[in-house]
Amino acid sequence: MLRTRLIPVLLLQNGMLVRSESFSIHQVVGNPIHEAKRFNEWNVDELIYLDISRDGSYDLRRDDHKVKNLSEPMQILEEVSKTCFMPLTWGGRIRSIDDMRLCLRNGADKVAINTGAFRSPQLIRDGANAFGAQAIVVCIDVRCTERGFEVFIDGGRESTGRDAASWAKEAVSHGAGEILLQSIDRDGVATGYDLDLIRAVAQVSSVPVIALGGVGRYENYAEAVKAGADAVAAANIFHFKELSDRNGKRAMAKAGLHVRTS
Amino acid sequence: MRRVAIVSYGMGNLRSVANAIDVLGATAVVIDRPAELQGVDAAILPGVGAFGEAMLRLNSAGWPEALHHHAFKAQRPFLGICLGMQLLAERGTEFGDHQGLGWFPGAVVRLDRPANVRVPHIGWNDVVAKRTDGLLATVAPSATCYFVHSFAFEPADESLISGVTEYGGHSFVSAVERDNVFGVQFHPEKSQKHGLAMIKRFLEV
Repeated sequence: MLRTRLIPVLLLQNGMLVRSESFSIHQVVGNPIHEAKRFNEWNVDELIYLDISRDGSYDLRRDDHKVKNLSEPMQILEEVSKTCFMPLTWGGRIRSIDDMRLCLRNGADKVAINTGAFRSPQLIRDGANAFGAQAIVVCIDVRCTERGFEVFIDGGRESTGRDAASWAKEAVSHGAGEILLQSIDRDGVATGYDLDLIRAVAQVSSVPVIALGGVGRYENYAEAVKAGADAVAAANIFHFKELSDRNGKRAMAKAGLHVRTS
Repeated sequence: MRRVAIVSYGMGNLRSVANAIDVLGATAVVIDRPAELQGVDAAILPGVGAFGEAMLRLNSAGWPEALHHHAFKAQRPFLGICLGMQLLAERGTEFGDHQGLGWFPGAVVRLDRPANVRVPHIGWNDVVAKRTDGLLATVAPSATCYFVHSFAFEPADESLISGVTEYGGHSFVSAVERDNVFGVQFHPEKSQKHGLAMIKRFLEV
């Protein structure tokens, strides 16, 4: 029987891991490689890395953190993949098939595309044709506005006027293998997932929907699954709570979900 | 030290397969040309992507003959992972009808499931071993493995089946093997200790 996945999300900004709040506040929480190693030892279901850097300028403080001198996100990916014996998704500033190929070549199993896919849905189609739909995760960032569940791109900076469910449906029709659905409003506020958003998108998606944004308590995971999410993801809770994977899984099992524990 | 060739033909993540081989103490060699199969102890055909494009790439570089020689003339261990398993079939039906390597009889077909069951089948699921020897010997009776696929191989010869997996009310074939030729639909290199145990087993063939 298929298990419900619990997926830690790591946000990478200029070479450092950060925690994020409302897509605007970012605090350094650790080292991108050590953290991946820790998650591998915890035997987590999967890992998602999102590089949210604004430009190519990588952080000089890395030397203080005793990481190898990695000047490029792709080097970080390559290094991370060496200790990652579970599925690894990489996202951030992917704009072309060549970008995707580079990520897959450096150890990613899937790529997450967001702004690039919205601006040019053909990218989803080309990616799915070249690498298979299962390698293409379309990430959708959503803010609740007077228009409803509105899609935002460019790291939450640009409004699109597009309804989240309608864009998700279109993305799937182009060949998206999974939808990573993120609530900007709930990012870093720990009040639980936006269940209405999950419901709206899960209803129209024929591919798995991964919910992200808002987890504050382990009980939030099962709420998202009951609302229609196929997998649940979280970022901050994995940095700030002890045994966050095991305890998260326990809460999911207690709520009647089938999870992977070994 | 065993040298394990990983066939590079532009499809998918070779790095994670190489990482798994290395961590198990063998030496992974990513090879771009069929001639490089000479002198390796075992070969792995990985791959994510579409059946047709994969065959096109294999054919244009002359891989089918060289791989066939490796597996059947030289009788060295061969493992196909995910798409690499599907390519063992006679034909595939993803984006049109395509001829496969044809080592095992049968076709690769789309997972046919009720509308409320999502395809692709993505995530951790149980592989139930159909035999106690072979690749799954150390993880039998069942192992939890990571799957990412929309299509599955339906072998015409049931004796090829070494593992099955239930999804959405129906079972599909998740592992096949005959002698020194193995195929797995899941990703052992991404299936933590269960997956690594199978790769270890493969390295010991």
